[in-house]
Amino acid sequence: MPIVSIELPHVGESVVEGIIDRWLKKPGDRIKRYDSLVEVVTDKVNMEVPSPFDGVLTRILAEEGATIPMGAVIAEMETDDPAAVAQISKAPEEKVAGTVGVLVESNTNLGPTGAAVAEEPPAKPVSTARGAFYSPVVMKVAQEHNVDLSQVTGTGINGRVTKKDVLSYIESGAKTSAPTAPRPATEDDEEVVELKPVRRMIAQHMVQSASQIPHVWAMVEVDVTNLVSLRQSVREEFQKREGQDITALPFVIKAVVDSLKENPSLNSTWRDGKLVLKKRIHIGVAVSAPDGLVVPVIHDADTLTIAGINGLLRDMAERARQGKLNLDDVQGGTFTVNNTGALGTLLTQPIINYPQAGILTTESVQKRPVVINDAIAIRSMMNICLSFDHRILDGFEAATFLQSVKGRLENVGPDTPIY
Amino acid sequence: MARSLNPPRPFVRSLEEDLMTVKSIIEAIREAMHEEMAADTRVMVLGEDVGTRGGVFLATQGFIDDFGENRVIDTPLGESSIAGVALGLAFKGLRPIAEIQFSDFWWYAANQILGEASRVSYGTNGNLSAPLVVRIPYGGGVRGGLFHSQNIESYLYNTPGLKVIAPSNPYDAKGLLKSAIRDNNPVIFLEHKKIYRAVRGEVPEDDYTIPIGVADVKRQGDDITLIGYGLVLHYGLEAAANLEDEGVSVEVVDLRTLRPLDKDTILSSVKKTSKVLIIHEANTTGGVGAEVSAIISESAFEYLDAPISRLCGPDIPTMPFAPTLEDAYMLNTEKITVALRELAAY
Repeated sequence: MPIVSIELPHVGESVVEGIIDRWLKKPGDRIKRYDSLVEVVTDKVNMEVPSPFDGVLTRILAEEGATIPMGAVIAEMETDDPAAVAQISKAPEEKVAGTVGVLVESNTNLGPTGAAVAEEPPAKPVSTARGAFYSPVVMKVAQEHNVDLSQVTGTGINGRVTKKDVLSYIESGAKTSAPTAPRPATEDDEEVVELKPVRRMIAQHMVQSASQIPHVWAMVEVDVTNLVSLRQSVREEFQKREGQDITALPFVIKAVVDSLKENPSLNSTWRDGKLVLKKRIHIGVAVSAPDGLVVPVIHDADTLTIAGINGLLRDMAERARQGKLNLDDVQGGTFTVNNTGALGTLLTQPIINYPQAGILTTESVQKRPVVINDAIAIRSMMNICLSFDHRILDGFEAATFLQSVKGRLENVGPDTPIY
Repeated sequence: MARSLNPPRPFVRSLEEDLMTVKSIIEAIREAMHEEMAADTRVMVLGEDVGTRGGVFLATQGFIDDFGENRVIDTPLGESSIAGVALGLAFKGLRPIAEIQFSDFWWYAANQILGEASRVSYGTNGNLSAPLVVRIPYGGGVRGGLFHSQNIESYLYNTPGLKVIAPSNPYDAKGLLKSAIRDNNPVIFLEHKKIYRAVRGEVPEDDYTIPIGVADVKRQGDDITLIGYGLVLHYGLEAAANLEDEGVSVEVVDLRTLRPLDKDTILSSVKKTSKVLIIHEANTTGGVGAEVSAIISESAFEYLDAPISRLCGPDIPTMPFAPTLEDAYMLNTEKITVALRELAAY
């Protein structure tokens, strides 16, 4: 039987590589078409790669934990599936330039922006051996000056120790020569935990956002007394009508969406020194899943009612917990909302979901004494926090946006349309 | 392309300072040939339209009046014979300068240049030499389409026995062309069309030469070495200025000669900065950048603090005709700035 290669499939916009999490089959296993072969973690979503053919898995080429570019061969299988055989006999033909001289492979690299470097990412050592990688010149300088590199703080990409880092470390005099430490450190002092790929992916995203986007943080206090009482009053009817409970979050998302329409600079992204305004509003909602944070997206949230948002939120949170989100569910977000208050926080300083312009958190609702018309009243108060990209907008626009959200939430009442 | 091409600073003075010596590259080339022909009766030019017409780019304008038909020869449309006749003249002790009208037409002369001229001295144990110069306008970004835009240096620079020159500015062009004419080996002189008139700079009236095989540091820096030649070098200098605003100091090396490559200048710069970006308009695979990269990894491996990076033309068969695609093909200041920024962050 012929042997065919199994490639890591391309899964959508901007995903260039994935990390092999766990092989579900081993060499020698007999496999049916569409059987799940391997679990792969990408920076968008975790997925199971199905087998393209019936056959027997003969060889695994991508080890667990390895970072693999999309389209790379990850395994081989033996098959007499006619589709596979056709693919093999067709393959060499596809590579031939033909009379018109079109080299298809090369042309795909020449996008409208001339990004002819598209082939490069897999070749760059950026994606390999991070942390532990020392460049030749760093090793050389460290040897010459007897520097323990693990003591040097890296400022390069992914925390890599650069030549400058070693040189400034040596200059600062923090040498190995005269240590007066009270007790020598031993390996037992700490435990090194190998991280799951999804954790590493989150870490990478956070570093990218925190290092590239100049974050500014702002907070306003919102009187949600009316919202709380409206929710209570419609709860029972909503349960009857929709078959589910309604929470305060869809009201917040609705207010955010309407406020984004008024303040379009918040629904945008910074790209190569230009501002890209997004005409559609897709709200990401942070959800805690067993393996870590995921951010499913409510697409075209401005076309939905509060009830519609409530339904989608329930569905996606449930599927996130079961690990059943697909790629479409998690991509395309233009702004993110995170209900951190569910964890009991009063203030959070969120990191923007790169490359969006802002992220908003809703905090715990607390009853507090509030001065209204020189009298003290007990009101349900909630803080909302916003981190925004200071390259794109200034405090004025951010404050206008926050006031807009606050105003909408405080004006929720019996007339607020839910359905 | 709306962007103005600022000539490198060391080579330009303001008009007030000295109007007379600021020249374009094509003027510098014309002046070099004219001076050499006036000084040495063995020097002559031949090519399509070089006589009565003065060359399609006017490199030999007026030469036929000054030197006559015997030393300024209008040839038939046949690059094989242009190069072959030049080679024969060189055998007989003359110093011909052959002009190939566009680089895209040089293929017909390939055997005369690669197969014959390059081997003459070696094959005769030095008894014969071929002191000819082949001038070839090359390069894209001029809306020349598929057949008037090619970068051909990769096909030439790996041939032992040839010298290959690609200047970026008028001063270097004149000094190097004079050296090429006086050299006893076949020399290919590549002239980027887009900077023929776009780049102006100071050119001394007096006789001077620039040695073949010596690169030039056009801008000093400590953090990254940017290596290039020809048109893209100017984009590189603008990108380096952008990076300076961001606190990154970029050293810009103009190779000037592609064969032989100036290893000393390349290596001493890389050993200082530890990071390298190589740029050229010619497509990436097997280009001059590949050789420069190999030299660095062979001789400066222990000095590297980042992967040797290339930003070159895409591997597609030829320059596209559609303006949007041609712009996408070509390097520019923005693309180089982004690449430098990534390298600085590495």
